[in-house]
Amino acid sequence: MSKVRVLVGTKKGAFVLTSDGQRKNWEVSGPHFAGWEIYHVKGSPADPNRIYASQSSGWFGQIIQRSDDGGKTWTPPGSNPEELKGPEGFPKGESNKFVYEGAVGTHMWYDGTQHPWEFKRIWHLEPSLTDPNTAFAGAEDAAIFKTTDGGKTWKELPGLRGAKGNLWQPGAGGMAVHTILLDHKNANRMYVAISAAGAFRTDDGGKTWKPINKGLKSPYQLPDPDAEVGHCVHRIALHPSRPEVLFMQKHWDVMRSDNAGDLWNDIGESLPTDFGFPIDVHAHEPNTIYIVPIKSDSEHYPLDGKLRVFRSRTGGNEWEPLTKGLPQKDCYVNILRDAMCVDSLEPCGIYFGTTGGQVYGSSDSGDTWEPIVRDLPPVYSVEVQSLK
Amino acid sequence: MRVLLPFHLRKLAQVEGDGVDLHVPAPVTIAAVLDTLEAQYPVLRGTLRDHGTLKRRPFIRFFACKEDLSLEPPATPLPEAVVKGEEPFMIIGAMAGG
Repeated sequence: MSKVRVLVGTKKGAFVLTSDGQRKNWEVSGPHFAGWEIYHVKGSPADPNRIYASQSSGWFGQIIQRSDDGGKTWTPPGSNPEELKGPEGFPKGESNKFVYEGAVGTHMWYDGTQHPWEFKRIWHLEPSLTDPNTAFAGAEDAAIFKTTDGGKTWKELPGLRGAKGNLWQPGAGGMAVHTILLDHKNANRMYVAISAAGAFRTDDGGKTWKPINKGLKSPYQLPDPDAEVGHCVHRIALHPSRPEVLFMQKHWDVMRSDNAGDLWNDIGESLPTDFGFPIDVHAHEPNTIYIVPIKSDSEHYPLDGKLRVFRSRTGGNEWEPLTKGLPQKDCYVNILRDAMCVDSLEPCGIYFGTTGGQVYGSSDSGDTWEPIVRDLPPVYSVEVQSLK
Repeated sequence: MRVLLPFHLRKLAQVEGDGVDLHVPAPVTIAAVLDTLEAQYPVLRGTLRDHGTLKRRPFIRFFACKEDLSLEPPATPLPEAVVKGEEPFMIIGAMAGG
């Protein structure tokens, strides 16, 4: 009997929502890490019981949590003295140690001067497709870290910041690696997206990276609207069967690339608004994509107070609003970039969380929606695991 | 000596009550207390002071004998009453909204 486990990160804790394959009746557990900001929770594709969570606080900094039993119990990996006796006999406690490699370096500051990198938090965790002990972490200030020991220690892949990092500049929400995509066909290829630097690709397992922003246009946002870096990419997505085709929700514009990011084309011109944060791809239909547009960069809520998911079954350009079960008046929530996901059941399930604390689910590819839970803290992230 | 911890760090370190008892080798300074605390509860590393620089995190405050020691150098010796366990060393999450 199949089931699904939805992992929800919120401003005040994490929640785990579980259901059978029908996805009609749900159990809610949590809050886990009550009172802490949970930017992201994600399970390992190689071992669904292994889940990583990013827990942070303005007071106490960054914590990484790990569950080895599907979210029932959690521990910061490697923080038990018995587990971590080093050669000197002292525990290390380094699961939250995110230190930039080498000289810290500088990036562009708001006034055009250079500013040193300062670690603030982990926005996104991306477990390896094949090894439960390997995962990648996207940091603010923007950098990517990797663990190969289940989160006990993390090491930066500094080549990313070498991709013109001195020209990257924070947006209003900070400067973070918020998206990490792994290529299911090529273990050496990964994509990341950074606000407000753009999208980047590695073809050598993270040693070197190159900007992949050709075709993006940011008039009145950048001095050069076609700049190689500096674009405010909100999210990118791919389908595992076709990893060279990328979809992007940019600050404005919905974009598509058919050549692994080498060139982007606008596929959102027919939308009522093409500003938004999340974008995702149907689990079984590589040309079916989902976005949740919001009114504008100044008004981060749905157009006309109507919460509408837009679906394209043609890989872009042609869009249909999905509204059944979603509030169609007086709705002024936002959906953040990591707060939408798809399961791999049949029919495909779609989930998204709002800044108003609702998590909505569809068990029919988006045709109809139901709230799974209504009154959580503001939702930062939603991920789903499809379980046997 | 007695070290009081804020709610979230007690939960994180799985500590019962309002804090922990530590045996801190002399000289008992702010840094020595934090070193001992982190050695005994390694999950607290990075939550009170930065991993690399060991600088106090901005919204962490230290109090002892009704004195705010937050801005004192790490090598500052703690009052005798704290060393003897008559008064606690208090680690406080600063009032900072949110």
